[in-house]
Amino acid sequence: MASTTITPTRMVLKQLKGRLKTARRGHKLMKDKRDELMRRFLEIVRVNKELRERVEEGLTNAFAAQQVASSVMSPEMLEQALLYPRQSVELDMKFKNIMSVNVPEYSFRTKNNDPSEIYPYGFAQTSGELDDALDALAKVFQDMLELAQVEKTMQLLAEEIEKTRRRVNALEYVMIPELEENIKYISMKLEENENATKVRLLKVKEMVLQNAHDFK
Amino acid sequence: MLKIAVIGGHETVMGFKALGLDAFPVSDPAEAKKTLRSVTRESEDYAIIYLEENLAEPLKAEIDKSKDSPTPAIILIPGREGSLGLGLTALNEAVERAVGTNILENN
Repeated sequence: MASTTITPTRMVLKQLKGRLKTARRGHKLMKDKRDELMRRFLEIVRVNKELRERVEEGLTNAFAAQQVASSVMSPEMLEQALLYPRQSVELDMKFKNIMSVNVPEYSFRTKNNDPSEIYPYGFAQTSGELDDALDALAKVFQDMLELAQVEKTMQLLAEEIEKTRRRVNALEYVMIPELEENIKYISMKLEENENATKVRLLKVKEMVLQNAHDFK
Repeated sequence: MLKIAVIGGHETVMGFKALGLDAFPVSDPAEAKKTLRSVTRESEDYAIIYLEENLAEPLKAEIDKSKDSPTPAIILIPGREGSLGLGLTALNEAVERAVGTNILENN
């Protein structure tokens, strides 16, 4: 598609050639970026899938254990036992840069370091099954945190890849062909002008010679 | 200091509360929506939000919105009834978004 608004002059030709060069370089860079992002992304997807399966299995087990606990204890007792948590979790977030995408990195700290602190109740009135349930949940929590990090990373990378892919395609299939077309159009037009000038000069020379001969 | 929220049915979140996470028991999707909004918009304190799967469907718009920003991470977890597979669906969606086609389907 040769755009009708371009003026066939040498200056425009030079500008267009410069733009084409930049577009080609940009296209190559974007393509490299896309490939590297894709490689990382696929790695993360694999990890994510594994983690997700592990977390879902772990949680199902934990809930099953909790179910057992609630069948042994009365709902009121259970409620009361878990009413006031003794533990609290604080989350720290840093950002890691993957190919200019900022992805979060979590690390967490519990307020009490004693692992037995997850049981917010006295052992006298509760059943052992509840301990098991909380234990299972605490174990799966580690994986859940990692899952959050991996899944968020995956989402952010997916967005970036989508954007980069669009840009690569726009450059490859729209920008570069259009520039090439325009350059071709201008150089042909210039050549045509040059030919016209040459022919005109020849003609003029002929006419001048003719006049000169006639005067003799 | 950042915190972690868990939104889900009463019995689901109970255990997480004991672990020291902020638990938000909800009984229906409408309530979950309200809770999610207040957790994501009104405070910046929550970096991770775990959401029970069976509440996620009506909240899809909200969840999708959070996908492009670095915080918060909304992560679906299975509820007491077991996994609905929505987490893996989200994974496949992300792959499709990035690659253009789902390349995991065959495996």
